[in-house]
Amino acid sequence: MPEKSRERILRRISSALGDRRNLPSVPAPLQTPPLSREEKIEQLKTRMTAMRSEVHVVPKGDRDALWTDRLKTIVVEKGLKQMLYAPGTPVGDAVAAAWAAGDAGLPVLEPYDAPVETFKEALFSMDAGITATMGGIADTGALILWPDENEPRLMSLVPEVHIAVLDADRIYESFSEAMEKCVWADGMPTNALLISGPSKTADIELVLAFGVHGPKELVVLILT
Amino acid sequence: MTETQFDFQANIRKALANRQLRSNLSFAMGSMTAKRKAIFSDAAAFEALRAQGNAIRRRALLQLPELLERLEKKCIENGMSVHWAETTDEANRIVLGILRDHHARRLVKGKSMVSEEMHLNRFLADHGVESLETDLGEFIIQLDGETPSHIIVPAIHKNKQEIARTFHEKIPNTPYTEAVEELNAIARKTLRRKFYEGEVGLSGVNMAVAETGTLCLVENEGNGRMCTTVPPVHIAVMGLEKVVEKLSDVPPLLRLLTGSATGQLITTYVNMISGPRKPDEKDGPREIHLILLDNGRSRILSDEQLRQTLQCIRCGTCLNHCPVYTRIGGHAYGFIYPGPIGEILTPQMEGLDKAGGIPTASTLCNACEEVCPVKIPIPDLIRRLRNESYDPNGSVPGHGFKRTFAEAAVWKAWALVNRHRGLNALVTKMAPVLSPILPRLGPLEAWTRGRIRPRFSQKSLHERVREKGIKDA
Repeated sequence: MPEKSRERILRRISSALGDRRNLPSVPAPLQTPPLSREEKIEQLKTRMTAMRSEVHVVPKGDRDALWTDRLKTIVVEKGLKQMLYAPGTPVGDAVAAAWAAGDAGLPVLEPYDAPVETFKEALFSMDAGITATMGGIADTGALILWPDENEPRLMSLVPEVHIAVLDADRIYESFSEAMEKCVWADGMPTNALLISGPSKTADIELVLAFGVHGPKELVVLILT
Repeated sequence: MTETQFDFQANIRKALANRQLRSNLSFAMGSMTAKRKAIFSDAAAFEALRAQGNAIRRRALLQLPELLERLEKKCIENGMSVHWAETTDEANRIVLGILRDHHARRLVKGKSMVSEEMHLNRFLADHGVESLETDLGEFIIQLDGETPSHIIVPAIHKNKQEIARTFHEKIPNTPYTEAVEELNAIARKTLRRKFYEGEVGLSGVNMAVAETGTLCLVENEGNGRMCTTVPPVHIAVMGLEKVVEKLSDVPPLLRLLTGSATGQLITTYVNMISGPRKPDEKDGPREIHLILLDNGRSRILSDEQLRQTLQCIRCGTCLNHCPVYTRIGGHAYGFIYPGPIGEILTPQMEGLDKAGGIPTASTLCNACEEVCPVKIPIPDLIRRLRNESYDPNGSVPGHGFKRTFAEAAVWKAWALVNRHRGLNALVTKMAPVLSPILPRLGPLEAWTRGRIRPRFSQKSLHERVREKGIKDA
């Protein structure tokens, strides 16, 4: 069998390096003083607001009552018509329960419960999507999302408004800390994401413009 | 452009004569360097981070064979397919093969410098496949039939009036508007439909993690996520040097990349892809193909000094800080990678005989080295390549291409004169007499165009020292 590109490439790079290799050690990053829970919330909020996200810090309330009430106010103010949600998840179920109580002017809840192939047209016409988050990163101001079978990847991308719910206890100081504490290296999901704001571009004269391909707005509810 | 010897001098003259281009570039580069400075305002922290980035990249390159095999194994375990390509042609054929397997006639593309290196769009067009750029900057230049002028902001050389005209002329039923928000909305509307219909999506890779088989993609627009999530097939192309050892290598490199590239703490999206859709998942591609491209990289790796070229994380900050790039823009360089990084990368990939002129476009002011987030000694490598251009015993392909008989003879004579005392004395006497009547030809003509022609002194240093009563050795 003729030698394949793979073997040729590997042989070339192996012989290019030889076998005497002194690996440099990676110096440790500078230490920063630890932040309190409140400081982490504040930093995340400041950074994300600077990137034009809308951040609401709100208590969870008994049976999710407080935060879903706040959510209702937000979606009504925005005049959203339909909102994509993930049934079977804590956030999805809380929203469904709150909506069941009935209120005038709320967007219609649409479950993302079918493969995208059968759901594409509906998906591309959604006003909003609401998702949970795996955590937040204070020093850069970003949310961590791990989409899965219940909460598909495109929920946070295709609708015009993305609403994300974050538990204040899961805000980490840095990306490195989040990776270490949650032992990401032991098993990554098919798609993990950091999201720090609405979709944006500066490709025309470096003028920042929002919502070029993904959501035009990112609304974050930090539940204390 | 790359097939024949390009005329660098003519390109430079053309760029310098274009007032609009220079004004667009000067504004944009000033803004980008200021943003970067604001992000890395803490000098000690930045130096520590650079040292970290440099060590991570050097470690990765020194373990490249092992890391690539581990990456391949992990990716396959995660359900991806891994392909290896020695040349850009082979990589193009792999992409075409995957498209044909799926009877796909259309490709939606995220921004990828490796795909530019492959001239993928042209190749696919020749084979009847429509390849659509979806990054706004790339979309603009594709409409104009151009290549990127910058590796991060591909349409940086254009102002909004030029873009408004392009959209008006090239996208059907589009009114002329200079409002940036409206131009974005036009692109959004045009491209949304294309994502929806996309059969295959293609992306680059900012870094690939060997430990977990994870492809990291960094972007602001969301088009990269669209291309890698909506279509049923995702093809990722990467230069084989982009692999890192561990997941924990990602955060420091990410900070260096986004801070250097656009002056951001983080981009809007950091997309970490570790596998295709699982059976119970509702979206995501059903197939992911990773193509590892060599295209000369394994050869660059074999030289300890030049190997540092491969530490590059493609942030483009050396372009923004280069006094030459800032005045002539990316197209003048004639190849895909412009600016300081292009000056060291392109000649090694394409050969000095083809691209050896590019390393002359540097003042060796060291700005590129000072800002490089992974500490590539770019000016040293530029000097090395300039030397290789004259060196018949060099190691870079196309070395010695500038060596001429006349020049070699001149240097031989120089060596001779400096070895023999009598000859040296004679020439020192003759120089002030003969040099003013030397005709201004060839290199002397070019050299004196911007400089004052030196005049030899009537007396040598030795003579003057002796006149002062100091004993000559």
